[in-house]
Amino acid sequence: MNNINVTYLAGGPINDIKPLPPYDEHVCEFLAELSGKLRKDKRAAAYPDIQSFAFYCRKANIDRLKAEFQDGTKRLGKGMAFHIAPSNVPVNCAFTYLFGLLAGNANVVRVSSKESEQVKIICDIINEMFLSGKHQVVRNMTAFVLYEKDKKINDALSEHADIRVIWGGDAAISQIRKSPIPARSTELTFADRYSFAVLDPVRIAEESEKSIRHLVRQFYNDTYLMDQNACSTPHLLLWKTSGGKKAEEGKKRFWQLLYQEAKKYELADIKVSDKYVLLCEYILELEEIGQIEKMDNLLYIITMKELPGDMTALRGKFGLFFQHDIKELEEISEHITEKIQTCVYYGIEAEKLHAMILEKGLTGIDRIVPIGSSLDIGVFWDGYDIIRQMSRLIDCK
Amino acid sequence: MEINLQEFFNSKPYGLDKEKKEAMLSRQLIELTEYHRKNCSLYKNLTDGLGYEEQSIHTYYELPMLPVRLFKQYDFKSVAGEQVSKTMTSSGTSGQQTSKIYLDRNTSMNQTKALTKICNDFLGNSRHPMLVIDTKAVISNRRMFSARGAGIKGFSIMGRDITYALDEQMNLDVEGIQKFLDRHKDETIFMFGFTFMIWQYFYLELEKHHIRLNMKDGVLIHGGGWKKLASLSVDNETFKEKIREVCGNVKVHNYYGLVEQTGSIYMECEKGHLHASVFSDIVIRNPRDFSVCSNGEEGMVELLSVLPVSYPGHVILTEDEGVVLGEDDCPCGRKGKYFRINGRIKQAEIRGCSDTYEQH
Repeated sequence: MNNINVTYLAGGPINDIKPLPPYDEHVCEFLAELSGKLRKDKRAAAYPDIQSFAFYCRKANIDRLKAEFQDGTKRLGKGMAFHIAPSNVPVNCAFTYLFGLLAGNANVVRVSSKESEQVKIICDIINEMFLSGKHQVVRNMTAFVLYEKDKKINDALSEHADIRVIWGGDAAISQIRKSPIPARSTELTFADRYSFAVLDPVRIAEESEKSIRHLVRQFYNDTYLMDQNACSTPHLLLWKTSGGKKAEEGKKRFWQLLYQEAKKYELADIKVSDKYVLLCEYILELEEIGQIEKMDNLLYIITMKELPGDMTALRGKFGLFFQHDIKELEEISEHITEKIQTCVYYGIEAEKLHAMILEKGLTGIDRIVPIGSSLDIGVFWDGYDIIRQMSRLIDCK
Repeated sequence: MEINLQEFFNSKPYGLDKEKKEAMLSRQLIELTEYHRKNCSLYKNLTDGLGYEEQSIHTYYELPMLPVRLFKQYDFKSVAGEQVSKTMTSSGTSGQQTSKIYLDRNTSMNQTKALTKICNDFLGNSRHPMLVIDTKAVISNRRMFSARGAGIKGFSIMGRDITYALDEQMNLDVEGIQKFLDRHKDETIFMFGFTFMIWQYFYLELEKHHIRLNMKDGVLIHGGGWKKLASLSVDNETFKEKIREVCGNVKVHNYYGLVEQTGSIYMECEKGHLHASVFSDIVIRNPRDFSVCSNGEEGMVELLSVLPVSYPGHVILTEDEGVVLGEDDCPCGRKGKYFRINGRIKQAEIRGCSDTYEQH
């Protein structure tokens, strides 16, 4: 790939491709060292997202993942992985690189052309590690590249891809898919998804002040932290309740505390403007709309009298949520489509929901996670077992 | 129910102090809100959803705001279709959605009357020879009644011997301008145009060819926004200075306003402040909770106008940021609020997984 006109932020042109087995020692050592360096780096300390990446690739976690991965099969990386990282989640490029390496692939990671300090810091540190001469194997598997959106370059990189990984949603996917990949090549695509939450309001009413404050802080992190705009961020809160005073108390408590928590949210004028327009659009367009509550411009809550056939129509932004009561989990099954990714829960039995998806053969819901974990990316994501999908199984009987 | 604006037309455009103006505007705008709720079902749905309750509203500060963007997506109309005499569109740049404003005879007449009253305060009551810094093509194309054409037509009422400074290809008609100036040697010349056009096709051309118009007495009224000029680092002060350099003794007044509230524009006074007339008001809103900002504090701009009767555009939340500088005490002597617009609300980096994948 020497003749492709891109800027290398870390690593360099990849020429000889020699796949490794998943969780190869060279890779694990490299990641452990990267984790340590990111945690010690002064610049990196300012970014919680870098720190959570560093925490993820620490030795103990990689060892655990490796142990869980072992299933007696023999695998190798597919070869060259071409990743297209999203523009709005800076550290995502590091995660997709990490998955590609763990699977045993050489990785060309196209990072967003938007300036990102986080990406710069991570790339600088990786480059420093390569300069020490210690990580020759990984170095030959690494290319963080930057180029303006250009189909010709997409074409050239896709032509060499044994697997292509496209983040950034439907629009990005259809754009990149204009560039063909080889016949044997496969793709992991991360499309636009939708997420919701199920909570037990009576539990919220009964819990201690301290634990509900904690819960609400976790919910804030699930939502506001990403401008309520990540695919795993909930838009709709389903209250599982048979009604009653206690349940109303619980809901009120939750929203009140969330409103308090949201006071730290950076509410730029443009966000207020967008959010207020969105509220007006929903008022004009949703038929099943009930009461609307505005807690300053920090928190808008739209109560639905009933759920529309496709719940993904209920999409918030910058702290605009929909709510609706359900008596039984079964009620949601008819509203689940393949667009739905994560169900965030509190106070309900996750196993029951899990069992229901299997039993009813639902096309959606790939993740069921407690409040506070909606953004925790890992080797299982969006319904994929990423390391297995990015590696080749060598069957020997 | 008939909406009557006589009281406003009988007042001096900058003659009412805070107390009188607030009472008069509140009465009118609350009545107008009820009127639109009766005559525009979209507006009724929206205001119901936003929690509007007539009995809890006492001043226009409490009225529900319609975000200006909604005019691009929805047809807000408070008159029956056959009464619409013209549909005005914002001159959105290609590819963008444009606002559609439905006007009946009464509303467009009132727009013109209000505009005239406001401008007369700066031009005097007599009509002056008028030089439009634009091309006639904008208004001769009747198919599209654009804001640009509407602006020229509206202001033309205050002029005579109306002459266009640019030809159909947007070239400066130097000869035509000279002849016009020769015809009106000792008169006050009224010039009108859009800020960016004036700069690009008038000032820069005159400058390039070293032409000086040497006017003895002129007034230039211009509007349309500073976005393009800001990118060229041309501010209001520079603009004025440069115009005087090429034109001579000319008073330059910028104005601010919305297509959605045509007529009740905000003129810049001799002291460089934009002023609200009796027909309208500005309220600066704190983004956190839409509370009213105190004077001197920046926030989001809400504009109110008594003129929109055929469509519910009387209370609008704009996408601009601004500051109210004071009220009733501008050194120019005009009553009412005076303010500064700081520009469009700034784009922010929005987080999330989905890219906005621009085509190319």
